[in-house]
Amino acid sequence: MIAWIILLAPLVSAAIILLVTGKSRSISAMISVAAVAVAFVASCILFGQAETEPMMIAWATAGAFSIEIGLLVDPLSKVMLLVVTLIGLLVHLYSLGYMKEDDGKSRYFASLSLFMFSMLGIVLADNFLMMFIFWELVGVSSYLLIGHWFSREAAAQASKKAFIVNRIGDFGFLLGILLVWTLTGALGFGAAAAALGESGASAGMLTAAALLIFCGAVGKSAQFPLHVWLPDAMEGPTPVSALIHAATMVAAGVYMLVRASFLIEASPDAQDVIAIIGAVTALGAALIATQQNDIKRILAYSTLSQLGLMVLAVGALSANAAMFHLITHAFFKALLFLGAGSVIVGMHHEQDIWKMGGLKNKMPLTFMTFLVGTLALTGMPYLSGFFSKDLILVAAFAKDPVYFWVAATASLLTAFYMFRLFVVAFMGKPRSQAAKTAHESPKIMTLPLVLLAIPSLALGWDFVIAPFYKVAHPEIPTLVIGSAIGAFSLGTAIAFLLYRGRDKDPVLIPALANKFYVDEIYDGVVKRLNDGLATVLAFFDRWVLDGVVVKGSSAVTWGFGYVLRFLQVGNLQAYSFIFGLGVVGVLYFVIFRHP
Amino acid sequence: MITLNDYLLVSGLLFSIGFAGVMLRRNIIVIFMCLELMLAAANLSLVAFSRFNLVDGLPNYNGQMLVFFIITVAAAEVAVGLAIIVALYRRKQTTHVDDINSMKF
Repeated sequence: MIAWIILLAPLVSAAIILLVTGKSRSISAMISVAAVAVAFVASCILFGQAETEPMMIAWATAGAFSIEIGLLVDPLSKVMLLVVTLIGLLVHLYSLGYMKEDDGKSRYFASLSLFMFSMLGIVLADNFLMMFIFWELVGVSSYLLIGHWFSREAAAQASKKAFIVNRIGDFGFLLGILLVWTLTGALGFGAAAAALGESGASAGMLTAAALLIFCGAVGKSAQFPLHVWLPDAMEGPTPVSALIHAATMVAAGVYMLVRASFLIEASPDAQDVIAIIGAVTALGAALIATQQNDIKRILAYSTLSQLGLMVLAVGALSANAAMFHLITHAFFKALLFLGAGSVIVGMHHEQDIWKMGGLKNKMPLTFMTFLVGTLALTGMPYLSGFFSKDLILVAAFAKDPVYFWVAATASLLTAFYMFRLFVVAFMGKPRSQAAKTAHESPKIMTLPLVLLAIPSLALGWDFVIAPFYKVAHPEIPTLVIGSAIGAFSLGTAIAFLLYRGRDKDPVLIPALANKFYVDEIYDGVVKRLNDGLATVLAFFDRWVLDGVVVKGSSAVTWGFGYVLRFLQVGNLQAYSFIFGLGVVGVLYFVIFRHP
Repeated sequence: MITLNDYLLVSGLLFSIGFAGVMLRRNIIVIFMCLELMLAAANLSLVAFSRFNLVDGLPNYNGQMLVFFIITVAAAEVAVGLAIIVALYRRKQTTHVDDINSMKF
């Protein structure tokens, strides 16, 4: 029952805002905040309750086949609910400040409520099909929110790009769901897992199913090669970037993989593919992040890289490590994005880090919390990110040392690019007029920063996380812990040495600054392929379909009509004479030629 | 004694007169009347056949039933046909079929 309240509160809010209070911007905002607060409180209550059997509602029935909608409440979804609603609540509060003067505030909060509804639906879904429905809904709300400032060309383009790229992955996801259903005859996670063992499906089919399901995660969690939408999604308002494109929605892919881990466990080949894609994304995105200049883009590529690590952990069969990192990452990445939003507001909407500088003194609270987030992300010992990343490194090490070294390199690069951002933006001297006149953000925006900084600091400690999520305690090899600390120290040191007191970037690597030219390659290959195919089809349409089929058949009809026109002599008596001849003919054939 | 042949002769003459009228006259109302004449001829032969083909000592009423149908349909046809002719005259100011040839190619 409480689970339904959690799910439906944001939907009710979205409906009220759209239908009733759309004109009154501040009331809309309050309704949205209230709904997410209700969801958060209900999640807390639910967390304390014992797990109950999911309440199933038959949604569509066709003969023996029935699709049921049910809410799955288990330790995994409970902790995920807490994370989503807590960060959602803080981001809503922050949005009150960030979107204060925005004309589309009602629309913004309605979309945000819609997003909360969809995201909570994914978390609570107890079968693949229901998850897919909400999966598409988060895609829609993400589209709406990226394109919030749709009058800006870049935002409109980015929202389309995000939606279309996600569709590619979702298509695979849908095929995967159908394949799982074909193999097991069940859509529910538990039922499918139970039926999989007895299904006798071949290894090839299992791999195909696991990889198709993984396709969905590749799209939503922005893994290589479908990662291109996430950096562009930064055109949306910054709180949206924090909530959707860093903390929750992109993590949905990882959450889904954890839910479907029974499938991945059944297929060693799929594990390898997943681990490789995770590792490639983790390393590639970290490399790209070192050469970006837009504060939000650096964080976006950092998100990509961290998601890659989580996917790598899933591929290494350590769902536990992936979820732990997902939870800690959600907090410190939301903190970093909201901090970046605070910087952007303080800098009068300037996002280039080379125009910043010296913000340490102008925005002390943002500075402190951003530092906490940076340290947590980069894996400073005894902060949350350190613990969760260690678990992933251990899992990678257990799978294959190659993965471990890739992940360790990504960690080193993480420390490097985050402190590059930190040193350039917050230390040194102001590099522009905007930086000189920067101001601290209002309290409604700094409060969520402080509240997010606390879990970023402490969530890794065993006695803090234990009540919420059972983290495994594998034996950590000395090599792993040593290289983790080494990567952090080395990356930080290099960043300080290279960037301290610089006014422009001393290192220029065009391949990295241009994101490995992936967009250009897609432009070249996919677009040209598309254009070529379109040209062929246009030719076929114009000359074959239009020319031969349509115009041909009309010409034949017209020709017959033209010949028959000559029978129309316009004389009534002639017609009746021909008619009389016809009657005589009929009589002749009926009477004399009748067999 | 009047035989079936006599009736059929009259009926055939009537039909021929009607058909000749339809073929040769140019006034649409006259053509219309000739059409009615042909129908009457058909009726006459039907009634004659009915009278001279006795079934159990009684005329064959099937033929007479058909006559009633023809009379009814002819009445309906007259109602519609005359209305069309009136409408045609109002529009074209003529009842001469040679002037009504706008469907000609």
